[in-house]
Amino acid sequence: MSLDFTAHVPARDFNVRFSLATGETVALMGPNGAGKSTLLSVLAGLLRPDCGSATLDGKTLYDDGEWLAPHTRGIVLLAQDALLFPHLSVLENVAFGPRCAGVPRSAARKEAHRWLREVDAADLAHRRPVSLSGGQAQRVAVARALAAEPALLLLDEPLAALDISVAPMVRRMLRRVLEGRSAIIVTHDIVDALLLADRVVIVDGGRIVEDGPTRLVLERPRSSFAAGLAGVNLMTGTTTRDGLRTPGGVQLAALQDRDLPAGEEAAAVFSPRAVAVHRLRPTGSPRNVLAVTITDLEQHGGRTTVRADHLSAEITTASAAELDLLPGAEVYFSVKSAEVEIYLR
Amino acid sequence: MTGVYSGMPRWLLAVAAAGALFLIVPLTALVLRVDWSRFAELVTSDSSRAALLLSLQTSGTSTLLCVLFGVPMAYALARTRFRGQRVLRALVLLPLVLPPVVGGIALLYTFGRQGLLGESLRVLGVDIAFSTAAVVLAQTFVALPFLVLSLEGALRTAGTRYEAVAATLGAGPTTVLRRVSLPLVRPGIVSGAVLSFARALGEFGATLTFAGSLQGVTRTLPLEIYLQRETDPDAAVALSLVLVAVAVLVVAVAHRIHEGNAP
Repeated sequence: MSLDFTAHVPARDFNVRFSLATGETVALMGPNGAGKSTLLSVLAGLLRPDCGSATLDGKTLYDDGEWLAPHTRGIVLLAQDALLFPHLSVLENVAFGPRCAGVPRSAARKEAHRWLREVDAADLAHRRPVSLSGGQAQRVAVARALAAEPALLLLDEPLAALDISVAPMVRRMLRRVLEGRSAIIVTHDIVDALLLADRVVIVDGGRIVEDGPTRLVLERPRSSFAAGLAGVNLMTGTTTRDGLRTPGGVQLAALQDRDLPAGEEAAAVFSPRAVAVHRLRPTGSPRNVLAVTITDLEQHGGRTTVRADHLSAEITTASAAELDLLPGAEVYFSVKSAEVEIYLR
Repeated sequence: MTGVYSGMPRWLLAVAAAGALFLIVPLTALVLRVDWSRFAELVTSDSSRAALLLSLQTSGTSTLLCVLFGVPMAYALARTRFRGQRVLRALVLLPLVLPPVVGGIALLYTFGRQGLLGESLRVLGVDIAFSTAAVVLAQTFVALPFLVLSLEGALRTAGTRYEAVAATLGAGPTTVLRRVSLPLVRPGIVSGAVLSFARALGEFGATLTFAGSLQGVTRTLPLEIYLQRETDPDAAVALSLVLVAVAVLVVAVAHRIHEGNAP
C-alpha cells in the first residue's frame, strides 16, 4: 500500500478513509462542496485535519500530535490554474523543485529541460509565464510538478480552466505521464476519469459513497452522483475503422474527423437525449441501432428516462406513452453516429 | 482617449478643479517667489549643503531600517492570525495619524536621558537624544507605518497560492520567503520604501522635539528651512524648492514602479 488515509474535520462534516496502491491513479469525483479539495489540501499538508492519520510509503504524514510540513511530504499539488511563478522563467519554474531538493543549479536546469521535453514544451524554456497560453502554462505546471519527483501527485481539476480545443491534448499528455504514477485527480469530467484513472472514488457530503474500478462505477452506478455522471451512456470495447465494437459484438459507428487506429481499447459516450426509442427496427438514415429490453422507466416532468441495463434514453413522456413502453418490453434504441464520441483508453 | 460616455456631472468637475487649484497654486506661488539671481548661492551655502547632506543620509538610513523591520512586520500581519491582531495593527499604524511632535515627545521619554530605555542605554555609554541617531529614530518612527501599510496590502493581494505551490514543491518556509513571497511583492517593497523615504525627508516635528537643531548633526533640510525663514526668507524659499524637486523625483519614481507593475 502506498497511501493510507483517514481524515476527520467535524467543522466541515468531513470523514473519509481510503488507500491507494503504488502506481495507481484514482479519480476523485463528487458534487461541488463535497470535500474533494479539502481532501487534497489535507494530503498536501495545507490543511490540518482534527483527527485521522495518513501514511505515504510508510512515512507518517500526520497522526495524533504528529504533523509533517508540506515541503517534507513529497506530495505535489497541481491546481486548476497553472500558478507558475510569474517572476521566474519557464525553465526556472521547472527547476524549482530540484533546486529545493538541493540539486546544483546546472543539474537542476538539465532536469528541467528533460521534463519540459517530456510534456512537449521544450521550446518554451526561456519564455516568461505571462507570455504562455493556458494550455502551454498547464503543460509547464505538469513538468514542474513532475520535476519535484513526488511520491504522490495531486491534481485538482487540471483541465477545467483550459479551452475545450486544447484540453484533449493536455489530457493525452497527462495520460502518458501519469502512467504508473501514484496520483489522485479531482475531476468533474467523466472522460478524465475514464482516460486517466484506474479507479474512481466518489465523495458526497464529506463521505465516500462509491469506490471501485472506473468502468464498473460508471456503468453500474450505485450512488446518485455516479448515476448523474452516468447521465451519459457509456460503452466500452475495441476500436474499428469507423467506431467501436463491444465484447458482446455490438457495433457502434461514430462520426470522426480522422480514422481511428483499429483494435485499440476505447470507450464510446453519448447522451441519453440523443437516443430515440422505437418499437420496430428503424430503417433509412445511418443510425446505430441497439436491440434492448427495458428494465426501468422513470418519469420526471415532461420527460421520461427509459433504462435498458446500463443504457438509457430520454424521450418526451408523450412519446413514451404513445410507444406504450413497459419494463420487459423489447425495443430498439437508435443514436446517430454524429452523436457518438469515441475516446481511446 | 475615445469618446466613451462618462456620465459625470459637470458641477463635480468644477469642484474637482477648485480642489486641484488649491494644491497647485501654492506651489506656483513658491516658484514665483524664488530669487533666481541668488538661487545657486543660497542652496550651496555651508549650512544649506550640510542640511541637505544630513537629510539625505538620515532619510536613506531610516528607509533602510524601515525595510529591515517593516518587511517582517507586514509579513507577520498579512500571513498570521492571532488574538489582538487588529489592535496591534492599529497601534503600529498610529504614527500615520499622530502629530509628529507627539511622536517626538514619546521618543524623548523612551530614549531621552530620563527616558524609559535612555537610562540603561546611558549606562552602556549610548546617548541617543539630540544626536544624528535621534534624527534617524524620529524619521523611522514616522515612516515605518507607510512601508508596513503598503506592503501588507501587496502581500494580501498576492495571496498565498503561490506560496502553497512552492511548499508542495519542496520549499521550506525560508526558501518560500526568499524565492517566492519577496520577489512577488518586490514592487510593493520598493514603492513602500519610496514612500518611507519621502516621509522621512519631510520629517520636522518629531525631529525638532527629539533631536533638536544642531547644524551638521541634527538640523535636516526642513529644520534649516524653518530656521532660515526667520533670518533670510529668500534662502528658505530656495531650499523649499529643492525639497519640492526631490519630492517630485520621488513621486515620479514611485509612479514608474507602479506603472511597471501594472498587469
